[in-house]
Amino acid sequence: MVEAGVLLVEEEIEQLADNTMIECKDIVKIYTSGDHETKVLKGVSFDIKDGEFVAIMGPSGSGKSTLMHILGALDTPTTGTYFLDNKDVSKLSDDELAAVRKNKIGFVFQSYNLLPRATVLRNVMLPLMYAGVSKQTREEKAIEALIAAGMPDDRWHHHSNQLSGGQMQRVAIARALVNNPSLILADEPTGNLDSKTGEIVLGTFQKLNEEKKCTIILITHELYVAEHADRIIHIKDGDIIKDEKNIKRRVIENHNQ
Amino acid sequence: MNITDLFEETVSALTVNKMRSGLTMLGIIIGIASVIAMISIGQGAQGSIESSIQSIGSNLILVMPGFARGVGTQISTGRGSAQTLTQEDADALQKEVTGAKAIAPETSRRYQVTARGTNTNTQITGTNESYPEVRNVEVDTGSFITDQNVQQLSKVAVLGPTTRDDLFGVGTSPIGESIRINNINFKVIGVTKSKGGTGFGNQDDVIYIPISVAQKFLAGNNGVSTISVEATSQNDMVQVQSQITNVLLKRHNIGDPAQADFQVLNQQDIIATASSVTNIFTILLASVAGISLVVGGIGIMNMMLTTVTERTREIGLRKAIGATKKDISWQFLAESFMLTFLGGAVGIILGWLISFGVSKLAGIPTKVSLLSIVLAFGVSAVIGIIFGYYPARRAAKLNPIEALRYE
Repeated sequence: MVEAGVLLVEEEIEQLADNTMIECKDIVKIYTSGDHETKVLKGVSFDIKDGEFVAIMGPSGSGKSTLMHILGALDTPTTGTYFLDNKDVSKLSDDELAAVRKNKIGFVFQSYNLLPRATVLRNVMLPLMYAGVSKQTREEKAIEALIAAGMPDDRWHHHSNQLSGGQMQRVAIARALVNNPSLILADEPTGNLDSKTGEIVLGTFQKLNEEKKCTIILITHELYVAEHADRIIHIKDGDIIKDEKNIKRRVIENHNQ
Repeated sequence: MNITDLFEETVSALTVNKMRSGLTMLGIIIGIASVIAMISIGQGAQGSIESSIQSIGSNLILVMPGFARGVGTQISTGRGSAQTLTQEDADALQKEVTGAKAIAPETSRRYQVTARGTNTNTQITGTNESYPEVRNVEVDTGSFITDQNVQQLSKVAVLGPTTRDDLFGVGTSPIGESIRINNINFKVIGVTKSKGGTGFGNQDDVIYIPISVAQKFLAGNNGVSTISVEATSQNDMVQVQSQITNVLLKRHNIGDPAQADFQVLNQQDIIATASSVTNIFTILLASVAGISLVVGGIGIMNMMLTTVTERTREIGLRKAIGATKKDISWQFLAESFMLTFLGGAVGIILGWLISFGVSKLAGIPTKVSLLSIVLAFGVSAVIGIIFGYYPARRAAKLNPIEALRYE
């Protein structure tokens, strides 16, 4: 009986581990400039499960960007641990962090950050080049990602600076998707878009979350944008003040417009 | 990131701003082209000087009176002015030096020469039948002085083409005519071929007479101003040279070679001396050109630094999607390397065309050597790496967060 009990516990742990994509414990980030210390994150803890669509919301200066950098393996916390896919990311070197970003994370930025004077396809294939994927596979995967991001195929060979803002952001989403990341991090993805185009982009995220079971973290300061997610983590002055399921979820109907 | 990807990224980055890449490359093109052209002019000059020295004769050793270098005597009467070599010395060398193919003693002095109302002042060289072989002199018409002429004190003369022109007119045949040297009549028996006036004086403005006649009737002594010795082969040169030295030291009763009253000059030594002069000339030209190469390199560095600043956000993005420091630094290093590589290739072609043009238009002989091409290419590659390294490192060291925020 004792043996069976132990087995059960192990199974439970495994199940838990399988389901948890992100596990943050007491994350503290302190920036020092000279003698002055700024504690941007004051011990943040939360879990995000596989397939969740979470919004991290807070006013500017709340520490949400810093948190995003840590979640995106662009930076490491001063203290605390961050497990991504059961791997401790909080104490890695620069090149190890680069490998985590390459294999597990897809970024969508407010300002798109596409390569100008490069075609849409080339922009989407860029992460695959660093991941060492063969040329043939690259194009297949890029096309798959562009379709998933709802990018019309007559634009694939356009240069990225010939596109509208909404189209550019969809290319950026396709680029984030292309390597099948564990996590898509979107930093104010609608910040540079008008509200209608913004809704289309948010609809794309919802669709990816529903249909492809992508784990998405959306960082925003607008409640309206955050309400498109399943769960909202409110952050203020470096602390989580509220972590709740979003009950008034806004659903965008026509994803591919 | 493999080589093909790196190449494609580099090409697309450089073609984004073609004007800037082209102008930057121009710096390297000019640098490399001038290095190649300058070295080719220098080496061409060296080649032509060497060949004019070679034309005096091959495997030639010259024995001259005078004092060897570095002797502590206070007063020197001047090299070659001393009458320390005699006909007997020449005869002894003829007998005792085994590696010598031919020996031609000579005694030279300038005299006034007259012929049928014209006159000129020229060099009279008394020598023997071996002279044409040893000194690469060829007879155009008639014949050269023979051993018999020397033995019998025949008053015969062989004219150089310039002297022939001066005394008898261009293109005439003076054979059988007579000329007066120092009031002694000589019969003209031949004219030599032109050797050209390059190198050591005009070798065409000369009259050859038998050495015995020159010694007895003109100089009044049996002194010899130069003994030209031709060694059987290049390899025998050193041995022949030391044999000559030993024979003469013994004959002149001199124990210490440093006190020798004659000097033995190897043709190779003369060439080496001339070459060292032209080498300095070549190095001077090349280093001036090299400066422009360095300036071109700085142009590349300048462009790369500008590029890194301009593309800060792109670098941030590349890092965010998983590029390592190595990926980034390779990318920028490849860009500067490709600029210098292409610039180097175009520069080599341009430099070659310039040296071709110089030899065609200005008549200066040029020689584009493989060494100068390899050197220029190597230097441009090194410049690409050196001047690209710093910007590449700067790009690689950028913090992705700050780079993404960069406005």
